[in-house]
Amino acid sequence: MASRSRDLDKLLLRPGHLVGPSFEPGTQLRDDLQEYVRILVVGAGGLGCELLKDLALSGFRNLEVIDMDRIEVSNLNRQFLFRLEDVGEPKAQVAAKRVMERVSGVNIVPHFCRIEEKELEFYSEFSIIVLGLDSIEARSYINAVACGFLEYDSNDEPLEETVKPMVDGGTEGFKGHARVILPGMTPCFECTIWLFPPQVKFPLCTLAETPRTAAHCIEYAHLIKWDEVHSGKSFDPDNPQHMQWVYSEAVKRAQLFGIPGVTYTLTQGVVKNIIPAIASTNAIVSATCALETLKIASGCSKTLSNYLTYNGVEGLHTKVTEFVRDKDCLVCGPGIFMELETSVTLKMFIDQLEDHPKLLMSGASVTVRGKNLYMAAPPLLEEMTRSNLGLPLFELMDKSPTGIVHVTGTAGKGDKRQSCLRKLRVAFKADGIADTDMAGGG
Amino acid sequence: MEDYEPSQLSPYTYGCPKSFYVGHLFIPSTSLLETMAEPKTKYDRQLRIWGEQGQAALEKASICLLNCGPTGSETIKNLVLGGIGSITVVDGSKVENGDLGNNFMVSETSLGQPKAKCVCAFLQELNDAVKAKFIEEHPVTLIEINPSFFSQFTLVVATQLVEESMVKLDRICRDANVMLIFARSYGLSGFVRISVKEHAVIESKPDHFLDDLRLISPWPELKKFTEKIDLDTSDTVVHKHIPYILILVKIAEEWAKSHGGRLPSSREEKKEFKELIKAKMVATDEDNYKEAIEASFKVFASQGISSDLKRILDDPCAEVESGASDFWVMVAALKEFIANEGGGEAPLEGSIPDMTSSTELYINLQKHYQAKAETDFLVVEQRVRNILKKIGRDPYSISKTVIKSFCKNARKLTVCRYKLIEEEFNSPVLPELQKYLTDEEYSVAVGFYILLRAVDRFSANYNTFPGQFDGAMDEDISRLKTTAVSLLSDLGCNGSTLTEDLINEMCRYGAAELHAVAAYIGGVASQEIIKLITRQFVPMSGTFIFNGIDHKSQLLSL
Repeated sequence: MASRSRDLDKLLLRPGHLVGPSFEPGTQLRDDLQEYVRILVVGAGGLGCELLKDLALSGFRNLEVIDMDRIEVSNLNRQFLFRLEDVGEPKAQVAAKRVMERVSGVNIVPHFCRIEEKELEFYSEFSIIVLGLDSIEARSYINAVACGFLEYDSNDEPLEETVKPMVDGGTEGFKGHARVILPGMTPCFECTIWLFPPQVKFPLCTLAETPRTAAHCIEYAHLIKWDEVHSGKSFDPDNPQHMQWVYSEAVKRAQLFGIPGVTYTLTQGVVKNIIPAIASTNAIVSATCALETLKIASGCSKTLSNYLTYNGVEGLHTKVTEFVRDKDCLVCGPGIFMELETSVTLKMFIDQLEDHPKLLMSGASVTVRGKNLYMAAPPLLEEMTRSNLGLPLFELMDKSPTGIVHVTGTAGKGDKRQSCLRKLRVAFKADGIADTDMAGGG
Repeated sequence: MEDYEPSQLSPYTYGCPKSFYVGHLFIPSTSLLETMAEPKTKYDRQLRIWGEQGQAALEKASICLLNCGPTGSETIKNLVLGGIGSITVVDGSKVENGDLGNNFMVSETSLGQPKAKCVCAFLQELNDAVKAKFIEEHPVTLIEINPSFFSQFTLVVATQLVEESMVKLDRICRDANVMLIFARSYGLSGFVRISVKEHAVIESKPDHFLDDLRLISPWPELKKFTEKIDLDTSDTVVHKHIPYILILVKIAEEWAKSHGGRLPSSREEKKEFKELIKAKMVATDEDNYKEAIEASFKVFASQGISSDLKRILDDPCAEVESGASDFWVMVAALKEFIANEGGGEAPLEGSIPDMTSSTELYINLQKHYQAKAETDFLVVEQRVRNILKKIGRDPYSISKTVIKSFCKNARKLTVCRYKLIEEEFNSPVLPELQKYLTDEEYSVAVGFYILLRAVDRFSANYNTFPGQFDGAMDEDISRLKTTAVSLLSDLGCNGSTLTEDLINEMCRYGAAELHAVAAYIGGVASQEIIKLITRQFVPMSGTFIFNGIDHKSQLLSL
């Protein structure tokens, strides 16, 4: 019987000229993809469902999916792995089950929890992490985790085996994007955070005094009137009675000011920040991400370099931009290298920052892996962390020979002093005279 | 003053100034939402894009799918999820082992069964409101022996057809006035092409479009309104709540008076104009004046109608006779309006963007715009009815609602026309083709375009696709090259060559239908189908070539 892998084989078993640098075509490659490569899909919604299907049919057998949400009726126009009877069930579980039912041989482990609930070790086990998320915060989090695995050599070059590739997709209506992130090599999510414009806020005076649009009336009811009337009780957008209350208050306000256009549907849209979504855009972006995942894992073709935007509102437009890393990126950058004695105390370390030529930082606060070792302000936190000052930094960092330290303080020369956050790459050496001006890049 | 956060602005709505509406992309117009009787929760997320009318059009449509490999299946899946009326899947093949590796809609239990039957069953599961049926027949056979089969459908999706069949089907559908879209996946390349004689779009809903504010030529009522406003009022609260529309109308008038009726044109003059606005500010926190400065470019923008609209008005179809479509009848009326009551302008669109203002002034201003839009609409409506009478049709056969929407969208009308695929293949626009062949950004896409045609010629000669089977690779590469060269020569592009690498690559693909590529192509095709059926948003013009190597896909206008 002909192989199930009939079509993929053409790409994996045959040599090519327009392929990745370390491409070794053959059955070994195909088998390795099935046996050893592990892919994590973050999100089991509009993108996640498509991603699981696409990856399962692109030669991968070991998939895992993580999503904290349950299925809702409004998901059903595009999250095709779910049926009406699944409403209320965890997305990750149903998605995994459905794909495994249809594609024999693939194994999908679902995780019904928040991404923050998983240990770092969990994420480190995957070959590639594929994101089908709908928030900047979640992307930032996974980005920080993946980039956290990154290590640099003494020439500030990333160590290849510590690079955890991510493929990220996003959609909204007829628009979307797909990008490949190779920490240390291509820009990470933080390097290009400016791609997302700042949030638009309605000024309070508009909501409270000079509303003009239906949305103003709705947000007045949602953000101001609710608290006035229900002080203490928090507004739950999924509670139909809460939503109905906001709607009727919005209508009252609109009538008062003579503003047309408040409807229940608009109320839901504004309050819940509903983003319109259709199957076709999700399909396009997910397919792009799955294809890139296949390429990264197998080398069977050149990869997207590195950001694709898609817009299908008027005709169809795709554009590839090659963004460049921010060398000083606090998340994926190498940071400033410092070599320290194991005996150096936290106080000595902080003092050294003042004279370090690349830092010249005074009044520093120190954070390691999200834990505040010392806070220069406010007074309460300063008091609480003061006792750490006398302890060796080496011990405070659990005696790890290397580590990432974040410092915040005032830096710069003369008039140009301002508050800043810097990333340091610290390496400890036993005894001898501490010399923070050691060469070694950074 | 503290700011409150309403909804999070989407990452895709760029350039939305602070304190304006929260992005038109996900808050549809109030009139659109008002027409939504009862939100169907399942379709809520898509109703916010195309509304009840769009949804109704989808639910009335009947689609025919030719070939249900992954490309066809993925296309139809997206339509079924969206609530398309009915689908008929035509495919004569049986499910093989290889299909289990690329098609989600067949599973191990369906081995040996008709593929169309299995795909249909899965699709029915996705949405039981859709009427799904299948025909176990090879599309090529149907095209040959039963062309009238296609007349019953709203639209035909033809996937994985070779050139010869494409050309035949194209003629059949064109003659029967059935919409047609081709879609194909071939290794890491792909192809999508709409083929419809004419597709007129009223609700084109572009991303960005200049407001219709008439700042330079306010109509009498608006002018009278601005005369009541005093930009030098000593009441500071009133002063900072004058909407920028009124500010700009007045300053523009002031400027015109002192410049012989002209408008700011040079960079210096535009700067001067902004200074004039700035001079009226009495405090630094007057957002309305800042908005006026930011919006001053709206004053400099040219008046009258765009060249795109002019092209439509000058189209021969605008000279309507009996048998003219509703669209062209309305275009004819629009043309008359512009030449007469409109004074060179289309009917007023009628809406204004949000801006810092007292509620009273804003609502009042809004009413002015709505009233004028209504007045213009009534004139156009009368002209439409007169034209209908003149061409022997019932003067009330076009509804008020339709005419109103036409007036509101008059400046954004779009007409798409598509050549027959045969015409494109036989005589492409040579200068365009040559441009693509020499432009690095297009080189892979145009290479794929030529090679897709070349592999079809190859298959017609040798009964397989190049590289389809192992063992004859070198020979196939050489033959494909010869075929491609001769094709280019036939097209009049002597001397142009395709890179060896790309020819090799095409042979490597061996006509493989990869799921990820099929899903992409299916996404694109389904999106275009939705635009065609809902008659909203502008469908792609030209031929879309997917480039899965570096993702520099392109639309080729040949």
